[in-house]
Amino acid sequence: MAVIRDVMPVFELYQPATVDDAIRLLDQHGADGWVLAGGLDSMDWLKDRLRKPKAVIDLSQVTELRGIREANGGIEIGAMTPLAEVVRHPVVKEKFGLLMQAAELVASPQIRNQGTIGGNVSQDTRCWYYRGGWNCYRAGGNTCYADTPTAINREHAIFDADRCVAVSPSDTAPALVALDAQMVIRNRRGERVVNAEDYFLGPGIDIMHMTVLQHGDLLTAIRIPGTWAGSQFYFEKVRDRQVWDFPLVNIAASIKPNGGNIGDIRLVVGAVSATPKRLKAVESAVTGKPRNEDTATTAGNMAVEGAQTLRFNGYKVPLMRNLVKRAIRGSEGGTWTS
Amino acid sequence: MDFLTWGRSPWGEWVLTHVSWNLFWGSLFAGILFLVAHATYMFLSAHRKRAAAETDALEARFKNLPAEIPRHSLVARLFHWVMAASMFTLLFTAFLPIVGVRFAWVTWHWIAGLVLAASIVFHIIHASFWLDFWSIWVGPKDIPELKAEILRELGHDVPGPKPGKYPLGNRLYHLVIVIAGLAVVFTGLFMMVRVRTPFFVRNPYLFSDGTWGVTYVAHGLAGVGLVGLVIAHVYFAVRPDKWWITKSMILGWITRRQYLEHHEPSRWVVAGAEAAPTKPSQRV
Repeated sequence: MAVIRDVMPVFELYQPATVDDAIRLLDQHGADGWVLAGGLDSMDWLKDRLRKPKAVIDLSQVTELRGIREANGGIEIGAMTPLAEVVRHPVVKEKFGLLMQAAELVASPQIRNQGTIGGNVSQDTRCWYYRGGWNCYRAGGNTCYADTPTAINREHAIFDADRCVAVSPSDTAPALVALDAQMVIRNRRGERVVNAEDYFLGPGIDIMHMTVLQHGDLLTAIRIPGTWAGSQFYFEKVRDRQVWDFPLVNIAASIKPNGGNIGDIRLVVGAVSATPKRLKAVESAVTGKPRNEDTATTAGNMAVEGAQTLRFNGYKVPLMRNLVKRAIRGSEGGTWTS
Repeated sequence: MDFLTWGRSPWGEWVLTHVSWNLFWGSLFAGILFLVAHATYMFLSAHRKRAAAETDALEARFKNLPAEIPRHSLVARLFHWVMAASMFTLLFTAFLPIVGVRFAWVTWHWIAGLVLAASIVFHIIHASFWLDFWSIWVGPKDIPELKAEILRELGHDVPGPKPGKYPLGNRLYHLVIVIAGLAVVFTGLFMMVRVRTPFFVRNPYLFSDGTWGVTYVAHGLAGVGLVGLVIAHVYFAVRPDKWWITKSMILGWITRRQYLEHHEPSRWVVAGAEAAPTKPSQRV
């Protein structure tokens, strides 16, 4: 448990100016290195002294990691691009309104100015047992304190829990999966591109990491292909405090209409499992169907099949069911953009 | 290098959590080192085998023996291979993620664990009531055989007992695998209470944090130990001079000559061996 708050442990601070230098430093320090992007996740860890890296590699001076560029009908967003810039960017607004909506609902304006899109998708879970320094599975221990008969687990997973019941807290992650985005990762050996859907890891695969990033890896950019540009989008986030909070559940949908029916769809729900949960079975079931109440009800019911609730998070089942319904038929609670 | 990992319980106490995965690498290295050392020794040494003429004489004496001597019943062989499959599944699902192969391993792991547990229970019952239960165990009675085997391995031509149904090394290995296997299964069954399965109501409070830590460490120690043990077992199974034993675990029988060459008919009595006029060990 954290004994001293707000007093960071001693570390060497590196502020590389290029991606190459950053990667060299990450490779040099390995498990002792810590990547600092916007710092909003990192500062909690460091000030609580729950992470004690020997070297912090601050990416704020790496200008090539910032900015949004158009490419091949889509866009490439530098990982260090602030969320506020993503929200304001005209091409994002015009073609990929889903990401704009998701980014706009992240936390507060101050946090969106400081927080980066790379940091938002790569942030650690907010499970308070884990963040509180408890020696749980995710922290290398052998138990999940959130999945006990008396645990306070209102925010935790209803799907795909495997020993750990923490959830992904990101708002932009479901939107990026719904837009079929790709994550560009570099390390000393070169560059690799991972589909956003495969970027996130559940506890069954790796109980101590939320993403495929390993020591020495750096997320440099996010590519959004033109595949879903200009589609109809729906994003809705339900949270305890409307002004500033992590999602209880969020949903991102991209729909290509075909006449009055759904021609193609990607439907992704966040904060119900450790990864953004793409509802492939629901997508298949509603493709070719009209966007009406019946289709929405079917989709909502299908979406929550297999949910396993904990003591205090049973409300997530009807919440998710209704969000899926609203994403299919539209509602005043969320925003359809096209 | 750490051998055990510790964590703080919610009450601030230091408790064991796991074995260090350094031990996995240690066990892997030890298994491979043993393999290399033994293979080198066997290649360079002049270990004593029963001479062909001696075996010829025995064959002449034990004419009533059948050509094929049953060594493992079908049920025993099935048990062995089911257990082997479950053991490999357990080891691969446990340790591939440690070496960086990422997959959802937990469900496969506990399913294989249940198969192993069930096969062990079956084996205990089967061996107790249908097999010669004591033929696989070691005790003070085996000291003369141990001395003779060591001397033979060192190249001496010594009299002394040959093995009964199971060679001494085989029985010693069985003893160690029983200890490691029962430890890993026993602790693993309790650990299933910590994960979601259709069989148990999840209850992480079944034991205290300290007791859970000891359970995890015992499971880990037995698990990493099994890495080295399985390497050794597979090594002996594929060695050309031991292939006849492996073949018997597939086919169920050994030849009359193999029986006489490697075993003591008085210690492993089979149908047809009663006609022996004298104990072969007295003539060796």
